[in-house]
Amino acid sequence: MEYILIIISAVFVNNILLSQFLGVCPFLGVSNKVSTAAGMAGAVTFVMSVATLVTYLLQNYVLIPLGIEFMQTVAFILVIAALVQMVEIILKKVSPSLYQALGIFLPLITTNCAVLGVAIIVVSKEFTFGGDPQMLNMAQSVVFAIANALGFGLAMILFAGLREQLELANVPKPFKGMPIALITAGILALSFMGFAGLV
Amino acid sequence: MSKLSILTKGILKENPVFVLLLGMCPTLGTTTSAINGLGMGLATTFVLMLSNVVISAIAGYVPAKVRIPSFIVVIASFVTILQFVMQAYTPGLYETLGLFIPLIVVNCIVLGRAEAFASKNSVYDSFLDGVGIGLGFTAALTVLGLVRELLGSASAFGIKFINGDGILVFILAPGAFIALGYLLVLFNKLKTKIK
Repeated sequence: MEYILIIISAVFVNNILLSQFLGVCPFLGVSNKVSTAAGMAGAVTFVMSVATLVTYLLQNYVLIPLGIEFMQTVAFILVIAALVQMVEIILKKVSPSLYQALGIFLPLITTNCAVLGVAIIVVSKEFTFGGDPQMLNMAQSVVFAIANALGFGLAMILFAGLREQLELANVPKPFKGMPIALITAGILALSFMGFAGLV
Repeated sequence: MSKLSILTKGILKENPVFVLLLGMCPTLGTTTSAINGLGMGLATTFVLMLSNVVISAIAGYVPAKVRIPSFIVVIASFVTILQFVMQAYTPGLYETLGLFIPLIVVNCIVLGRAEAFASKNSVYDSFLDGVGIGLGFTAALTVLGLVRELLGSASAFGIKFINGDGILVFILAPGAFIALGYLLVLFNKLKTKIK
């Protein structure tokens, strides 16, 4: 039950892009086409779930026992940077076709704040599932990460579809490009507010 | 480039938010009021200034292959220092900005300036560049925060001047996108007027 709650809450109610503003750079940067948006979403899903698992273990079995939680930011970003590199190398060897598809997006993910953001949320925020507020356990953390990545992908692909249509529209000159894209994103965010209160 | 133009180019000509469209996450996420925007801008300026100075000093000794990771470690260290400073002196603001303080590490502006400017220029020039770009970012965030606060809660810098509530949606997420969109339209319009 709590897994379903986590998923619905992360995908629709507290969508990482449209209500928490994490990962807006790739959201605005690579959303010109649905296919590139889907590629980015795939790469983010992969990195976010692995990164969250690793940083969860790092926080609970290294940083807390040693009493150096203040090193969190430095340790997490290093783990994510190293992980992205490793994923790139492994994919290149194991699945060249997947590497071809995700390749160009992988280096961008290191500076995607959604990945670091989710890793930090998981180890610092308490969640309520009917009962008392509690920290997420390991399985819940990974589900939370995957759900957030799905929410990221959903918003990304919806937005890319809208922008493809915008290309054909007759937009006033000062609105061309980013301004109209931002206003469109605002309206998309407005429609996602309709999910508030669902969980 | 003269010292003065290095300092001032970040404010209008190369404004990180309105012209280069970098650092969108904190720009949208923290500007629920003018004070929050100002605080986030100054926090980023602090990190940008110090990381620019250190990176320009060490850039000559860092092998090209580990350049990006070493820059990130420098930036992350200053962010950690910033977290301590803010926890001690401005705990209220630290609570409000929350997650966005550690996320300065992955702000594209900071790494972008390290890569594009600090690694190629002298320590003093990099310091000026950090201050200039940081102030440009602060100005943009304060303006966006002020607009959202005026529309959303009918106050400016926390001072209420009209009785009653504002248009709540401008404080919430959709308002951030829409307000920034219209500010960009205004900025584009002004730019073509001046030309």
